[in-house]
Amino acid sequence: MSPRPRPISRRSMIAGTAAAAGGALLAKLPTSAEAQQATAAPAPPAPPVAGDPTKAPGAPTTAVGERSPFVQPKRAPVGDVSGTTLSPLQDLAGTITPADLHFARIHSGIPTIDPATHTLLIHGLVDRPMSFSVGDIKRFPAVTQIHFIECSGNGRAAYRMPRPDMTPQQVDGMTSQSEWTGVPLSLLLRETGIKDGAKWFLAEGGDSCLLARSIPLAKAYDDALIAWAQNGEPLRPEQGFPIRLLLPGFEGNTNVKWLRRIKLGSEPFMTRWETSKYTDPILGGKARQFSLEMDAKSIITSPAYPERISAPGWWPIRGLAWSGRGRITRVDVSTDGGVTWQAAALRTPAMPKAQVRFELPWHWTGNDSFLMSRAVDETGYVQPTMAELRAARGPATEYHFNCIRGWRVGRDGAVAFEANT
Amino acid sequence: MNRRLAVFALCAGVAAACAPQSRDTSIADGLPASLGLGRTATPAEIAAIDVDVGPDGAGLPAGSGTPEQGVAVYRMNCATCHGNDGEGHVPLYPQLIGGPRGSFNFANDPSMTRTIGNYWPYATTIFDYVRRAMPFGTPRSLTDDQYYAVTAYLLQREGIIQPGTVIDAKSLPAVQMPARSHFVVDDRAGTTGGKNVR
Repeated sequence: MSPRPRPISRRSMIAGTAAAAGGALLAKLPTSAEAQQATAAPAPPAPPVAGDPTKAPGAPTTAVGERSPFVQPKRAPVGDVSGTTLSPLQDLAGTITPADLHFARIHSGIPTIDPATHTLLIHGLVDRPMSFSVGDIKRFPAVTQIHFIECSGNGRAAYRMPRPDMTPQQVDGMTSQSEWTGVPLSLLLRETGIKDGAKWFLAEGGDSCLLARSIPLAKAYDDALIAWAQNGEPLRPEQGFPIRLLLPGFEGNTNVKWLRRIKLGSEPFMTRWETSKYTDPILGGKARQFSLEMDAKSIITSPAYPERISAPGWWPIRGLAWSGRGRITRVDVSTDGGVTWQAAALRTPAMPKAQVRFELPWHWTGNDSFLMSRAVDETGYVQPTMAELRAARGPATEYHFNCIRGWRVGRDGAVAFEANT
Repeated sequence: MNRRLAVFALCAGVAAACAPQSRDTSIADGLPASLGLGRTATPAEIAAIDVDVGPDGAGLPAGSGTPEQGVAVYRMNCATCHGNDGEGHVPLYPQLIGGPRGSFNFANDPSMTRTIGNYWPYATTIFDYVRRAMPFGTPRSLTDDQYYAVTAYLLQREGIIQPGTVIDAKSLPAVQMPARSHFVVDDRAGTTGGKNVR
């Protein structure tokens, strides 16, 4: 179906709709790159405002709040049973993604799970195989931490098939950040005990494809959580209700949603999602497995297509930066295509394996400009250029596209995506 | 504090702040060895959902199938989406067989399609995934014999096993996949600092 023609508003332009599945039994299976190529569609018009709001009482309270009718951020594309819906990065501020706008990658639909009957089985190389109800899990000590999740395919379209009319959502919309609450997995393993030789664990979801990944057991004793809440409320169904695995800094699909089973073993289980998929073809005729940590990365979310800078003057350059290996220590911004760089201010606390909001006040004089951002993390890793990443991994590598991307600003103030850095 | 001590303290503080974050284990301090939450799982409950199959064949069930038996299973349950010859309906439904062989140049050539014969490193993964997740609309609805048979069919169509080969819990993990030697476990830990992009 095609979007209805609507007037364009500057900041709320949304990335487009995709053809809805429309009752088809078998799901459309777009690649993530195609999802990120979805066409931008115009936003609906702002509602009429009746007179002066200070001259009459406003609306009564409601049970569940809604966004202002002037603000209509949307994920896109939607309607797939196996696919991805991208978060509208250009419409967000700070670092917390509203739960209903969190990106979602689903492989076999979003299951409806009754929390009263759902259980987590932990077995394999443990002293005592155990079953935990959701109620049991919530009775353990809970921690609350802010972490990003990023699909390892995020940025594929911008790497492979860049277009000047890509929005931040289309470039990098497969990452979001939330405040997660849950129990450290290590506390559950205290109950089961572990046997000598246990080095990996399989995490399996309760969706209809039983998505499963092998994870080094050390992660369970580092910072893995069994999360049951997101941004102050129970997980959304599309985020794993009632429980999900949260592996801070690890590629998105390992944060197994609808978690139903953990099995400890001595070797990886070699599921489809760590062999046929989510492995990285690299140069030298190799494919890399278990490249789990997300490399440091950043993206400027404003100015960005489809914005148009209306006049010379001061404009904030704003964006997000993150690393799966720890804290972001610095973000450099260039307005001349990488010839010179300035350190941007980090406007939110730099927490480990969490997104930080950076900002650089910029005086646009009306000349052609080429904006870029470059993240540095606490390990000293510096976000590479596109050329450096292509040289390191090959032009057709399949995941982990963490290179610097840019936006060209024309003399007319138009902003266009530029992948070649 | 003298100047040298102050500098030392500052450096130590920076080093601590820069150390990669590990979990603060104090959350378990003061807790008894067990909180008494959860219960022992019974063998029957475990067996009911313990579906994974490892590369050594662990978890493979009884039963068997041949490529010839797999033809009908494939035609009935798989061909609608993946095509009569495993060519898929790209990009909606992945191509399963017939990808280019001879070089493993996937990092350079985006036109190379990854299929079972040129990219899957373990034969056991085929059985595990197909039984776990297929047919898409009715997963785990076939018998173990049918899953063995369709696994055998796919392997034979990729030229990895001969016609008539019986695939079962013993023979499947012994199948040598052409792509196996190309897979390496991530070796970048601790080596990606600074400009060292790998």
